[in-house]
Amino acid sequence: MSSDLSDLYQEVVLEHSKRPRNYRVVEGHNREAAGHNPLCGDQLTVTLKVEGDVIRDIGFQGQGCAISKASASLMTGAVKDRTRAEAEALFERVHKLVTEGPEGLDVDALGKLAVLSGVSEFPARVKCASLAWHTLRAALEGRGEAVSTE
Amino acid sequence: MSGFDVQRVRADFPILRQEVRGRPLVYLDSAATAQKPQAVIDAIVHFYQHDNANVHRGVHVLSERATEAYEGARETVRRFINARDAKEIIFVRGTTEAINLVAQTYGRKHIGPGDEVLITHIEHHANIVPWRMLCEQTGAVLKVIPVDDRGELVMDAVDALMTERTRILAVTHVSNALGTVNPVKELTRRAHAKGIPVLVDGAQAVTHFPVDVQDIGCDFYAFSGHKTFGPTGIGVLYGRLERLEPLPPYQGGGDMILSVTMEKVTYNRVPHRFEAGTPNLEGAVGLAAAIRYLEALGMQNVAAHDRELMAYATKALESVPGLRLVGTAREKTGVLSFMLEDIHPHDVGTILDREGVCIRTGHHCAQPVMQHFKVPATSRASLALYNTREDVDALVRGLHKVLEVFK
Repeated sequence: MSSDLSDLYQEVVLEHSKRPRNYRVVEGHNREAAGHNPLCGDQLTVTLKVEGDVIRDIGFQGQGCAISKASASLMTGAVKDRTRAEAEALFERVHKLVTEGPEGLDVDALGKLAVLSGVSEFPARVKCASLAWHTLRAALEGRGEAVSTE
Repeated sequence: MSGFDVQRVRADFPILRQEVRGRPLVYLDSAATAQKPQAVIDAIVHFYQHDNANVHRGVHVLSERATEAYEGARETVRRFINARDAKEIIFVRGTTEAINLVAQTYGRKHIGPGDEVLITHIEHHANIVPWRMLCEQTGAVLKVIPVDDRGELVMDAVDALMTERTRILAVTHVSNALGTVNPVKELTRRAHAKGIPVLVDGAQAVTHFPVDVQDIGCDFYAFSGHKTFGPTGIGVLYGRLERLEPLPPYQGGGDMILSVTMEKVTYNRVPHRFEAGTPNLEGAVGLAAAIRYLEALGMQNVAAHDRELMAYATKALESVPGLRLVGTAREKTGVLSFMLEDIHPHDVGTILDREGVCIRTGHHCAQPVMQHFKVPATSRASLALYNTREDVDALVRGLHKVLEVFK
């Protein structure tokens, strides 16, 4: 496999895409949003239980490629028990990572999310990696309409 | 086969001579857009270098030449699809505009509340949305001919769906997502028996086999230049003269007018009535060059190459473990849509791209087809006259790489 391909499909990415974490509807959720990538037809739903300013629980369901599933799965682990502001800040860093690459970022602070760094070499796949995050943001903002990557 | 040497054909397409991602380019996305032979590129360059001027209105030599090239292109298209009269050929931007034109002229004139528009479940969006829009505008009802699990139309359902309220049947000749070749001649026969006019979307058909609109008997036939090895931004609407002549104009301005006062406008005759504004001259010139190129190869030879390569590719893909073809119609051309295990087509496409193999992944602007087969998307390899068995072999090697990554 070429090196940029193995950067994209790192073992952690493949593992999360095959066995996504928190692949469920959160019981008693009080936030929800649907995301859609019209380019490829991918769709996912994020459900949240937010208490005060803190994301106490998060789940996702839907269909998508390995990158979008892994990104969603990793996202649910990363934002649980974080405040809304922390989740927003994390999204900003992940977005920078998948669009520009790891340079200038404290990659260690991103934890497992750092495996998404290979996406920056594949511009066509940035939307796959960021779909779940846009949907999370819509859920936190309480927007009713489905978000789209377009 | 006689008269068709695929290596010589490939040499006519300069874009195919390159390497991508460090490997020879394998282009299997011609259903999205086809590559252009040198003859088309040369024709456009020649037009700009020697003949460029506006048409139908200049008295000078360049305008005469440009008019001759443009109207000559109309005659070339007429010959290509065997229309009776060059006046039956309208230049538009592409298949999509052709269908919108019919929906907004024929449709607005003849279709009202409670009337029915009949399409099929395997249309691409360009032959669904203009009709859906028309139904919203007029109160008409959109009805759909179902499809079976092979991707073939359920012909037993057709007669019942053609009712006394059906005002038009709009059907694709070849499905862009499945490759199914629809029996458009038989559908037209049945529709005409009930007085229903027929539009055929030929965007995926005219490049694969000879098309004869008189033999089909359809009222309208649409196709695009860019899928026919010609330029983008040019396409064709064929319409039988007796259908076109009573229709109101589509857009206003330019050559569609005979005279204007502030009180009254007199419209030009067909085909000019439907070609508002300065037309895409270089597009028409390029499309004519593409058609002459196809005619020189011989569409029967192209069709034979297509059949042979489709058979080879179908067998080769079926040998890939975990691969499932989506669309297995008995009459099929040009397109191989598939799922590989539970690997998402986008992942398949990305890995193939790194091998220099270009395919399309997604819903191919045919979401109802995806819904029927209960898949979010497919991987689609589409073949054209310049593809070879080696291209198919490269695809198969790439698919084994995909399986390796996802093992």
